[in-house]
Amino acid sequence: MSKRPAYYHFLGCIIPHRYPSIEKATKLVFNDLGIDLLDMVGASCCPAPGVFGSFDRVTWATIAARNLTIAEQGGHPITTGCNGCFASLWDSNHELKEDEELRAAVNRNLADIGREFKGTIEVTHYLDVLHDVVGTQKVKEHVTRPLNGVRMALHPGCHWMRPKLVKKKDDSERPHIFREICETSGAKYVHYKDELICCGAGGAVRTADLKTSLDFTKQKFDSIAAAGGADVIVTPCPFCLLQLDTGQVEIQKLFGVEYKFDIMHVSELLALAFGHEPDEFGLANHLQYSQRKTEPNWERLNLRAKAKATA
Amino acid sequence: MTIVEERPPVDVDEVDLEFIEMIKKAGGPNIQSCYQCGTCSGSCPAGARTNYLVRGIIRKALLGLKNEVITAPELWYCTTCYMCTDRCPQDVKPTDVIKAIRNVAVAEGHMLKSHQDTAKKVMESGHAVPLDKDTWSELRKKSGLEPLPPNGSSSPKVAQEIRKIAKKSGFDKLIGYTEEPPAAEKKEK
Repeated sequence: MSKRPAYYHFLGCIIPHRYPSIEKATKLVFNDLGIDLLDMVGASCCPAPGVFGSFDRVTWATIAARNLTIAEQGGHPITTGCNGCFASLWDSNHELKEDEELRAAVNRNLADIGREFKGTIEVTHYLDVLHDVVGTQKVKEHVTRPLNGVRMALHPGCHWMRPKLVKKKDDSERPHIFREICETSGAKYVHYKDELICCGAGGAVRTADLKTSLDFTKQKFDSIAAAGGADVIVTPCPFCLLQLDTGQVEIQKLFGVEYKFDIMHVSELLALAFGHEPDEFGLANHLQYSQRKTEPNWERLNLRAKAKATA
Repeated sequence: MTIVEERPPVDVDEVDLEFIEMIKKAGGPNIQSCYQCGTCSGSCPAGARTNYLVRGIIRKALLGLKNEVITAPELWYCTTCYMCTDRCPQDVKPTDVIKAIRNVAVAEGHMLKSHQDTAKKVMESGHAVPLDKDTWSELRKKSGLEPLPPNGSSSPKVAQEIRKIAKKSGFDKLIGYTEEPPAAEKKEK
């Protein structure tokens, strides 16, 4: 009898607090694929790697290690759908196993709350589970509603695959794993020049200087437009998604330029391709729609909303 | 005729050797092989639109010009995308150097108020982006989820533990966080 794989589901902040449609879509997709997601009771902010890691490395590693100890106690690996959360949890797990000095400092801090980092579990991103555990072929077998004819631009983001010499996930100059997973949906991959540049939100830049951070985002949008446009932009990170989604509203305000891209997390793309209706997880609740009083471009996405959102 | 303003040379008395050792540790074993080629800056999306220059910061840091690098406002334009790190032909880790310099800047009191506020949110709720309004719970219900996720939003113990960690590590002082706000401030809330 083969046991279903089980992962602690690290939610982070943005998925459960701003884009819960990603949380629900992930539950639908992982359930379809026969993978158990366990609640990670008592988890906190990862905490944001470019933010807390920039402020104080030991405090960053301690708060991250606190999250790791929850999974260590339960004896299951962690999976997360956020590049930032992945970076904090994966990097701290990695650094604490390699750096004795850091580990001692972190465990001194953790002792005050009765915890200890032991280094007994692994940290994964949904992409790792989909690609390495399930396999793209099996993901494809679950696609009952291929998004044929939908032009899809990708934003892989940074912290799942970079720095490449440490993460050893994909070739960060020519990545293919994220693309292969997204292509199982049947949507058509659209290449654009600035696919691999940062969304602009990371490193505490969004907090420090919103306009500069949005200038990165605008460059990406212009690059997609120059490549003939796309019906959807897909990302494996909710912070990038927030930047690309609400960023359009902010760019309109700060730069006076209007973009109309539907943005999806890879979990949402797969939920749709697996035949789930947008209303089942709440695709139309993305913040750009509530802020602009619009809804996803159903026709362009080859979808029809079950019940149209009423104001 | 060109008029060139003469700039003072690097004052060796300003060099902070302890700082240089820290930079060498953060930048990895190859940092002293940096030949200033500029691949880092050329690959940098922040440098393309601001005065943030990774190459220059690495050079200044290796010269021990601590005060100059930690007080430069452009230090905070790096989004930590690691493009420079992945492209460095000498396998130096510029992004980690930048983060290490930021740590020193913060330790010496150079921190933006907006960054302190984000850090305070984690102290108060356990999350940098908290579930701080009913509308966010409503949004969860619309997605068919329970109104409170099983994280710090449903358990005050989570933020309590974070505050204990911050107190122990001294992070609370760096961000100016005090657990009991003065009575006057409390009233405003």
